[in-house]
Amino acid sequence: MSKLIFEKGVKGSNSFRLPSAGLPQPDINHTLPPIFLRHKDTDLPQLSEVEAVRHFTELSKLAYGVDNGFYPLGSCTMKYSPKINEWAARLPGLAALHPYQVPETIQGALQIYYEMQEFLAEITGMDGFTLQPAAGAHGEMVGVMIIKAYHLYQGDRERTKMMVPDSAHGTNPATANMIGFDVIEVKSNQRGLVDLDDLKSKMNKEVAGLMLTNPNTLGLFEEEIQDIAAVVHEAGGLLYYDGANLNGVIGVARPGDMGFDVIHVNLHKTFSTPHGGGGPGAGPVGVKEHLLPFLPKPLVVKEGELYNFDYDRPLSIGKARNFYGNFGVILKAYAYIKALGGEGLKDACQNAVLNANYMRHQLRDDYNIPLDRLCKHEFIINSKKQADPHGISTMDIAKRLIDYGYHPPTVYFPLIISEAMMIEPTETESKERLDDFIAAMKIIAKEAKEAPELLLDAPHNAVIRRVDEVKAARKPVVKWEAP
Amino acid sequence: MNIPKKLLYTKEHEWIKVNGDKGHVGITDYAQHHLGDIVFVELPELDEEVAAGESMGVVESVKAVATLFSPVSGQVMEVNEELEEAPELLNEDPYGNWIAIIELSDQGDLEGLMSADEYKSYCETLE
Repeated sequence: MSKLIFEKGVKGSNSFRLPSAGLPQPDINHTLPPIFLRHKDTDLPQLSEVEAVRHFTELSKLAYGVDNGFYPLGSCTMKYSPKINEWAARLPGLAALHPYQVPETIQGALQIYYEMQEFLAEITGMDGFTLQPAAGAHGEMVGVMIIKAYHLYQGDRERTKMMVPDSAHGTNPATANMIGFDVIEVKSNQRGLVDLDDLKSKMNKEVAGLMLTNPNTLGLFEEEIQDIAAVVHEAGGLLYYDGANLNGVIGVARPGDMGFDVIHVNLHKTFSTPHGGGGPGAGPVGVKEHLLPFLPKPLVVKEGELYNFDYDRPLSIGKARNFYGNFGVILKAYAYIKALGGEGLKDACQNAVLNANYMRHQLRDDYNIPLDRLCKHEFIINSKKQADPHGISTMDIAKRLIDYGYHPPTVYFPLIISEAMMIEPTETESKERLDDFIAAMKIIAKEAKEAPELLLDAPHNAVIRRVDEVKAARKPVVKWEAP
Repeated sequence: MNIPKKLLYTKEHEWIKVNGDKGHVGITDYAQHHLGDIVFVELPELDEEVAAGESMGVVESVKAVATLFSPVSGQVMEVNEELEEAPELLNEDPYGNWIAIIELSDQGDLEGLMSADEYKSYCETLE
């Protein structure tokens, strides 16, 4: 592993000399209170320009993204982010806007914002959208706040609980809890779907709603979704759609038609904007008509030929984000939708599903597939066939994949499948890429039998060998300290 | 797998050892094995009122975060603070290291729990 920049610094090697500001220097002792004055050297690393450049270039080579190779991280939808999205977001007429500009001067941006609200509503079958939430979990929070606001507006104060399936993303119970609901877990049945009887037995007047992901985290479509919706609605609850897996149905089925009342979508998953890396995401929230009054304000509305901000929304839960959300991200997703069109989005979905099912078929002789039937955009295998006699775990298989140049899939999630490995190829990948990965997985299965130490000690070729995760969690060293 | 005879068990893989109206509560060998290396335990609060089947804490491993459910209703009399510094004790000896002692408010809660034999059969259905 390379040294930290602090360890590379050599006193005096910084050759930069800043020019004089040409202004009188204030006496720092008179401008700041004494407690804010530093008495010791800052000890910032001193490097020449070329050494600083080399340091960061070296770090950049250690990163792995979908631009480097296949990245089948289940549930995260690591599809390719088309470069045309970046072009669109960098157009000076959009990138140079100031958020305090008056609507008359930003009609083009508002038109895009308005159309994006409309596109997402059409794609998901909802009646209105806010683009404010800054990420998926933020969208969940806004969505659940809307559910709460709706019940309170109805004068219904008894609904203190939120139902979440045992296969859900951890953000669902966390969100419900954050908004003040007690979480009730709904069991999955043998087929990996919501157990309708369990749902019925737990649904009552104290339950505000059900948060559901469809396709669920097992990559399976909740076939009884209309019955599920009926159970929740008949008892006065609302149905929340976690859009994490929208990629598995987009263009083919719409959450709004399935009976969902509120939905968030992750623009950085289904709509191809970049994931993380410190950059922003976006988690727009859509609702059906009866919830429109509670959406965050402002919305962008069209009045005649002009676009404007609508702040006159007395029942709104308020503002969810400074200004109008992560507009740059919204632009990239808008470019993606425009580039693909309706048919293109449907193609993307069908190819994502085809790719997942192709891989599932190809891997079933070598790996155990707990729910081996037609899946949507992702599927789950585990290490059951590899467990005996050498004690190979899913973690060992994941670590060995690094040696073959792949980012490992999601592991140990969802929690209801033991030793889960969740593979999501996305529509991005060609058959040749999929075949390469399948071949690597088949070699690893063979190694598990014949040379298990190759897995147990993996990764062998990575910059860092197997990390002691237990020690890292129990005794974390989170900052560098000067010796 | 180790399932001591004299304890009672829940489907969420907690055990309780009852002595009069006091119950020592911990997690089972099955739970610690499936969680893997435990790295953090969030203990219930002292004097907190807990309800049977409801959350009273969290056990976190490198693989997963699991809710700790109370097997019975009652009041938390004591918590095992040693686990905050040494969560690995739950891996090393899950039955020797209790998590909390609860003063039972209703002995009837115990009827809903499993005996060692019942728990053993239950675990077998999960494999």
